[in-house]
Amino acid sequence: MLPVAYYIGLSAVLFTIGALGVLIRRNSIVIFMSVELMLNAANLAFVAFARAYESMSGQIFVFFVMTVAAAEVAVGLALIVAIFHSKQSIDVDQMNTMKG
Amino acid sequence: MMTNELILFLILALVAVVSALGMLFSRNAVYAALFLILNFGTVAVFYLLLNAPFIALTQVTVYAGAIMVLFLFVIMLLGAEQSGRTPAVRWLRPVTISLGAILLAEAIYIIYTQRSLLPAKLATSASFGTPNSVGEILFNQYLLPFEVTSVLLLVAMIGAIVLTKPRT
Repeated sequence: MLPVAYYIGLSAVLFTIGALGVLIRRNSIVIFMSVELMLNAANLAFVAFARAYESMSGQIFVFFVMTVAAAEVAVGLALIVAIFHSKQSIDVDQMNTMKG
Repeated sequence: MMTNELILFLILALVAVVSALGMLFSRNAVYAALFLILNFGTVAVFYLLLNAPFIALTQVTVYAGAIMVLFLFVIMLLGAEQSGRTPAVRWLRPVTISLGAILLAEAIYIIYTQRSLLPAKLATSASFGTPNSVGEILFNQYLLPFEVTSVLLLVAMIGAIVLTKPRT
């Protein structure tokens, strides 16, 4: 087995790309996909540590993270659809109704 | 043996990082979603390498299957492939990229300096990570969180229905 640090390093790279996606992109669906990428990077770190410490709890936690991600996607996409119906756009720069 | 695994890891890591960058830079949201599916598939192979077959198959069915189909469906429903083209604030991109570089540098520095604290490679018992052992620990030690999860999914379902219901 490879040293666990390789997997953690890959997880850090994927997490950074996801964070950049949240900050750079203006399309709220792509921002949402970047959040999923960050969750996925965290899951990879969990599974790598579970393997390294021979503890099943890490894998169980990934299972719960996936459940939360599924719930989050259902509610988030419903929110995006509702915003699109009221503003005809899902551009995050257009969501400034409460701007002072 | 060791080098085979290293080569496999490097190829898969390359695919994962390139597909993540493809998602970050593709102009069309549909292409971004397809790149993300490729990324999730690659990460599923990493899970298989890490003795987590159950998690790997859950990844393929839940993430690459259900969640990404939902994303593609919403993108096509809203016709939002090209959305998000408004010119950003001029200083946004350099600031963002430097913040991302700082985050990555910090992470790599910490992993590099703390690598002696990480466990050395261990011998694996044959039963580690099998679906059997996942089920055993999930329904004994983690039974209550597992049941609470069903309430969470119910709330999400009701929330999605209420949010998309047309106002009457």
